[in-house]
Amino acid sequence: MDAADRPYDVLVAGGGNAALTAAITAAERGAKVLVAEAAPKAMRGGNSRHTRNLRTAHEAPTDVLTESYLVEEYLDDLIRVTGGKTNEHLARITIEESAQMPAWMHERGVRFQRALGGTLSLGRTNPFFLGGGKALMNAYYRTAERLGVDVIYDAEVTGLEIEDGHFTAARLRHRGFETRIEARAFIAAAGGFQANLDWMEEAWGPGARNFIIRGTPYAKGTVLRLLLDEGFEAVSEADQCHAIALDARGPKFDGGISTRLDAVPFSIVVNREAERFYDEGEDFWPKRYAIWGRLVAKQPDQIAYAIIDAKAEDLFLPPLYPPMRAETIEGLAEALGLDPAKLRATVDAYNAACMADGPFDTTIHDGRATSGLTPDKTNWARPINRPPFIGFPLRPGITFTYLGVKVTEDAAAVIGGKPASNIYAAGEIMAGNVLGQGYLAGIGMTIGSVFGRRAGQGAARHAGN
Amino acid sequence: MLEISGRLPGTIDEARRSMEICNACRYCEGFCPVFPAMELRRAFSDSDLTYLANLCHNCKGCYHACQYAPPHEWGINLPRTFAELRAETYEDHAWPAGFGRVFRRNGFWVSMVTALSLGLVMVLTMALQEEATLYGNHRGPGAFYAVIPYGVMVTLGGLTFGWAAVAMALGAWSFWRAAGGGPVRWAALKAALADAGRTRHLGGGGDGCNDVDEGFTPARRHLHLATMWGFLLCFAATSAATVMDHILGWQAPYSWYSLPVMLGTIGGIGLVAGTAGLFAIKFKTDRAPEATHHWGMDLGLLGLLHFTALTGLALLFFRHTSAMGMLLAIHLGFVLALFVTLPYGKMVHGLYRLLALMRHHNEQP
Repeated sequence: MDAADRPYDVLVAGGGNAALTAAITAAERGAKVLVAEAAPKAMRGGNSRHTRNLRTAHEAPTDVLTESYLVEEYLDDLIRVTGGKTNEHLARITIEESAQMPAWMHERGVRFQRALGGTLSLGRTNPFFLGGGKALMNAYYRTAERLGVDVIYDAEVTGLEIEDGHFTAARLRHRGFETRIEARAFIAAAGGFQANLDWMEEAWGPGARNFIIRGTPYAKGTVLRLLLDEGFEAVSEADQCHAIALDARGPKFDGGISTRLDAVPFSIVVNREAERFYDEGEDFWPKRYAIWGRLVAKQPDQIAYAIIDAKAEDLFLPPLYPPMRAETIEGLAEALGLDPAKLRATVDAYNAACMADGPFDTTIHDGRATSGLTPDKTNWARPINRPPFIGFPLRPGITFTYLGVKVTEDAAAVIGGKPASNIYAAGEIMAGNVLGQGYLAGIGMTIGSVFGRRAGQGAARHAGN
Repeated sequence: MLEISGRLPGTIDEARRSMEICNACRYCEGFCPVFPAMELRRAFSDSDLTYLANLCHNCKGCYHACQYAPPHEWGINLPRTFAELRAETYEDHAWPAGFGRVFRRNGFWVSMVTALSLGLVMVLTMALQEEATLYGNHRGPGAFYAVIPYGVMVTLGGLTFGWAAVAMALGAWSFWRAAGGGPVRWAALKAALADAGRTRHLGGGGDGCNDVDEGFTPARRHLHLATMWGFLLCFAATSAATVMDHILGWQAPYSWYSLPVMLGTIGGIGLVAGTAGLFAIKFKTDRAPEATHHWGMDLGLLGLLHFTALTGLALLFFRHTSAMGMLLAIHLGFVLALFVTLPYGKMVHGLYRLLALMRHHNEQP
């Protein structure tokens, strides 16, 4: 039998960072690998095409990272943001191995940008891919092809043949045709289910229809559902996800980073009833942007409005869509579709509560807080009184869901309390093991990289390579 | 504007829309100076966009890395948009103003001028020169002038090159003002020359350009260096020969080891190889990020430089044979076409790129 006829050792479902890391790892160990990517070639790479960096532990400055970021600090950060909802053993493995990833990636064609100011001031913790996640994925696909990995695009896994936790074959829909692929091992790296709005509605109620999906429209959760239906154990919850507040006018899918809005700490944010509902100045935006998606999702009609005055306009990155402007608060309320009298009352109450003295300073927690409001704004509170008044509509933007399959430290999926013999999971489909809730910028790519590599190692080992 | 081929309506608006999306993304900031320059701005005037488009070196890294490239609904294609805007820059700053229209169908005009110029020189030479002289063997000082008289060569060359120099200088000044250049500073010029001399920004942030597809290669950078330095060496050779011939009175042809011949030989080889390589890349490359309707302009200059250098080398190798007369006529036909089209073809990109780099160094903190 020649190589072309030899059955596949490893079938990888998915086409993002975790999938390609797994495919490359298995191929480097001699396995014959097929990658089934649901998207067409031009849109390959899952959510990874919208990413930019990964969070990396390191003991000393490198050419792409400043200072140091030790494992213990990283772990503390993770435990804090997840409120302890993390498998600490897997979290520690992820963080310890994260230190190896930049070099591993560089050897496989990925290029990093020198430590710059950047968008989120992450130069100490997160190396940035030169050109971003699509450039990363281009490098991985080239490396995979060089290693002899077969890739089929427009290929969604629609069925799995599994007996007693043992995988034998998958059914794929490829350009509209059904096909069956046998392999010795299976790696599920097909992402979360955030683009499956029916499933999102089951988890969130009808309000989910108002969510914006920031990433790929191909993350339908098909493989996740197949595995859960087979009886594989789940982690996290269906309504746990990475969600930010972004401009309500952005595209429904695939808007990525550009519709993000950084005005919140310098604004008041009101809901449809023109009422404030959370402390906009709780912390620096990079530390808070990932909670605002959930906050807006809980408001009526899943919409909110950030309101600033002329003083604040140049304090944040230029927004993509021009804001609504008006010379009066009432005029702005009308432009935004809010009750003018109610918004006036909210702004007046806020302005009256801006009692704090001391310099306004966006680089520190300046302590300029309101007093007597529910909720108070605890930093960067200045009266909104200099026209023009400016407003932005906000919607929840879902990055990825956390509900996933439970894995062991070898990335083996767990069924009946035991690791499956030849089924592995990596990336968003198992990120919930480490991220039960909350988020830490760039850790999604770290989990995908570390468990992608472990899944590739495990699958190749199982296939006898 | 639709009836005019080669100038698309709304290019400047498309460039503005693209920059607004790019400025909210910024993933490409490590590739080249366009993105750091973009990040200094919150809004983009026509002047800013002219400057940014000419700062772009067309490495195409940003297209292949773009999460918003087609088929994404935003369809961002910065290399193509900027290439289209650059062609408008060349048109808008051409001197005299009406001549800018040749940039709309530049390949056609460069080909026509080349054909006419070749035809003119060859026909006149054959018509006016005795066969015995034209196909004779000439050696020693003044051999070339036996075929084409000194006065004719100096007058035609001087007039066309002088015109080109004046037109390009006026175009450059017009561009500098339109792109908001500000004061001309020596430090900025020096830094810009250093960037241009190494074609530093064809490095795409380290690994080169996306010449053909999403893979990075240094090929285009190397070929462009060969072409640029080849041209400059040939220009130096011509300048040296002009001084030696017209000022010192040492008439051409010169020996293999003379300054003009050594500079010209090395430069000519660089030009022949560089232009051939750049031509080959054009035919392999993914056309999606290319402004293919302006390829006539690119290929026109590549072809003209290639054949000017090739015929120059042929003249050098066969100058002691009876082929010299015709080779000289053909070579000078190409040189004449090159001089005439200098301010009205792709060559102006070098000037505007240098000025955009200067502006970049002027404003960079």
